[in-house]
Amino acid sequence: MNITLRVWRQRSSGDEGRMVTYQVEDVSADMSFLEMLDVLNEKLTLAGEEPVAFDHDCREGICGACGVVIDGVAHGPETTTTCQLHMRSFNDGDTITVEPWRAKAFPVVKDLVVDRGAFDRIIQAGGYISAPTGSAPDAHAMPVPKGDADRAFDAATCIGCGACVAACPNASGMLFTAAKVTHLGAVPQGQPEREARVVQMLNQHDEEEFGGCTNIGECAAVCPKGIPLDTISQLNRDLLGSLATGSAE
Amino acid sequence: MAELYIEGDPIRDEKAPAGPIQERWDNRRFSAKLVNPANRRKLSVIIVGTGLAGASAAATLGEAGYEVKSFCYQDSPRRAHSIAAQGGINAAKNYRNDGDSVHRLFYDTVKGGDFRSRESNVYRLSQVSVEIIDQCVAQGVPFAREYGGLLDNRSFGGVQVSRTFYARGQTGQQLLIGAYQALERQVAAGTVEMNTRHEMLELIVVDGRARGIIARDMVTGEIETHFADAVVLSSGGYGNVFYLSTNAMGCNVTASWRAHRKGALFANPCYTQIHPTCIPVSGDYQSKLTLMSESLRNDGRIWVPKEGGDARDPREIPDDERDYYLERRYPAFGNLVPRDIASRAAKNVCDEGRGVGPGGLGVYLDFADAIKRMGRPAVEAKYGNLFDMYQRITGENPYEVPMRIYPAVHYTMGGVWVDYDLQSSIPGLFVTGEANFSDHGANRLGASALMQGLADGYFVLPNTINDYLADGPFEKLDENTPEAKEAAEAVRERIDTLLSINGERTVDSFHKELGQLMWDYCGMERSEEGLRKALERIRELRTEFWRNVRVLGSNDELNQALEKAGRVADFFELAELMCIDALHRRESCGGHFRAESQTEDGEALRDDGNFGYVAAWQFSGTGRPPVLRKEDLTYEYVEMKQRSYK
Repeated sequence: MNITLRVWRQRSSGDEGRMVTYQVEDVSADMSFLEMLDVLNEKLTLAGEEPVAFDHDCREGICGACGVVIDGVAHGPETTTTCQLHMRSFNDGDTITVEPWRAKAFPVVKDLVVDRGAFDRIIQAGGYISAPTGSAPDAHAMPVPKGDADRAFDAATCIGCGACVAACPNASGMLFTAAKVTHLGAVPQGQPEREARVVQMLNQHDEEEFGGCTNIGECAAVCPKGIPLDTISQLNRDLLGSLATGSAE
Repeated sequence: MAELYIEGDPIRDEKAPAGPIQERWDNRRFSAKLVNPANRRKLSVIIVGTGLAGASAAATLGEAGYEVKSFCYQDSPRRAHSIAAQGGINAAKNYRNDGDSVHRLFYDTVKGGDFRSRESNVYRLSQVSVEIIDQCVAQGVPFAREYGGLLDNRSFGGVQVSRTFYARGQTGQQLLIGAYQALERQVAAGTVEMNTRHEMLELIVVDGRARGIIARDMVTGEIETHFADAVVLSSGGYGNVFYLSTNAMGCNVTASWRAHRKGALFANPCYTQIHPTCIPVSGDYQSKLTLMSESLRNDGRIWVPKEGGDARDPREIPDDERDYYLERRYPAFGNLVPRDIASRAAKNVCDEGRGVGPGGLGVYLDFADAIKRMGRPAVEAKYGNLFDMYQRITGENPYEVPMRIYPAVHYTMGGVWVDYDLQSSIPGLFVTGEANFSDHGANRLGASALMQGLADGYFVLPNTINDYLADGPFEKLDENTPEAKEAAEAVRERIDTLLSINGERTVDSFHKELGQLMWDYCGMERSEEGLRKALERIRELRTEFWRNVRVLGSNDELNQALEKAGRVADFFELAELMCIDALHRRESCGGHFRAESQTEDGEALRDDGNFGYVAAWQFSGTGRPPVLRKEDLTYEYVEMKQRSYK
């Protein structure tokens, strides 16, 4: 296949970006989208032009490092990570537009690379169970109903890629935050900090200048791990509970 | 072979405890010096890498009150490659009442490692395994549960008990997220300073002790000097020397290699685990290989057509024209033989011309029988995400057509040499997880890498590093310390050189060529002739690299080509050492199969009399023959015998 790419190029967060058009020939349908970008970068390097910077690492859909907006959709036309998107999803002669995640909370570092440090800071605010390393109770001491464990697991599969933020018209990070709140709130070990957790994480979410959630649902629609929208309802329930008891400062 | 290396003095594990094996870890913990809580905050530790070993160590040492500085090259510690481990983590809980025990896990691991690991270390690993599961459950890791609310288990290659704990096919992710959350909790508490998008490029050694690192801020290009009382490398394995591997694209050997050049011994570099169940290569643009969890071998059956060149649709090949070669050759273990055995068996049937798929480099992993037996919903529940992943990558539906798999480079058992305390041959430099030469011997069994990473980080290192730190704090250093200045200068020079060559070949083109050489000659099967050929070509290629590589851009911004170039430069030097190590070891052992050393029926033939040692290599200059220092291995508790899974 021959593909025309329109790629966002931006030297650094302080510089102005622009779209640049490139041609990539001999694209195989079995290539991943990132392998197609590799081919482009080899070509650019040989031509003396700096390769396009993009984040990626495991290339098997689990580390959450990759992520670009393809033709206006976070991670492109299939519901998966960019590294697991293959060129068989496109046609010969297509023009594809590639841009970085766009959100105030995710400043551009270079080209398609953005800074998602805000997500780490939301976790720092309370996205954990305080369990110092040492002698913990035997793992069987506290049974967890299978349904709860599965619910926790489903929410815990969030890879923190940021597609939810990029897809949201408000650039809200609510699906990410809700996934963690739901995961930890579904297991008995997470109960003691449950009410404080949701408030602290939300405060940090807002401080990072993510937008508010207005239940549009674009986040869940693009989520490569299928984190369900009802995690946000769960977060809201936890928040109401927390405010009602006044247990969170 | 004398021209390739020099034999030096033997080396010993000075910290190796004596006495009954069950008591050694207790004794070591008791004899290790402690540091009182008020003094801990005056002591500092640098930890490079935030995978299972690094994040768990940083969280635990931070919690203990030390001043910790943590570094990772990714944009967030949550992305370390431990996250990609699929299958599970072993623990000797005996929740199944199937005869498991600490001793059996120990026995399986020593035997599985082909008698090239230390008994003391492996016993400790098995003991600690029990605590890891408790710790992770306390952190909220959502392991698979049964309807009664208790933890579920499954079994993995190389063992006959169900001792593997798992979280669907994403166990590594869930364990890492647990460690990452514990780490971020310490960042918030101010005990850990997290430096993301930072890469360690030099080790600072002062008065014979590791005292800090030179790191490059990958966004600004700034070359930073960081000091500490001890340095811990938890920087993972070096499988990417093969270019195509199951490792993340950024995995590299640089931190370990830079330490090796500063005097840390590098042990058993040629031991590379080849994983038997990867999706086969599809084309020369391919950037990595994707693993299908080994757990698939619990229910999937592996076969090839009996006749070579059988191009029929696999569903039309009747049962009696199929060769279920693992079940045939290894009836006791069948499809669950250890990774090295399964990989080599796949290579053999493909070499015989019976491989399937493009290029004949593939074998079938067939779930038709499992779907008949369990029903499709049960198969979906157990392996659904893996099947989806396979379909996404290959465009084929594995519920309908058997999957195709082929072995690929996965995990490296070699690494920086450490003693029982996980301390390298440089005092103050500790190495954990895949970065050390590890507890896995010449072969790693499934579900044991996650166990080692967390054992080292949560339980072993935090108990042994005190013994070293109790002598601190060490003399305060600043950027004018000559050793630090020198190290920073060396990094700057190296970067300037790479940016100024402006040759005609890209970094990736060199890396791909190096990787192909390593796969062809230092991969699943090695021979004297092949290794010598590879060594010669690697040296030529290394020389060409430094004359002809093209790295564009500058050092004062994010420059991914520059990052890759530095890593590939180190891979070249490592590749030479791997070939020398493979050459000198004229035996077949675990992940190392020497064509010259096999039994009559083609199984690996170990030579304990001549090679029952760890090969620890000392650096003596680029292109100069390294020094081989042998650490003898003795077995008191497991009888050293030829491994058999028949």
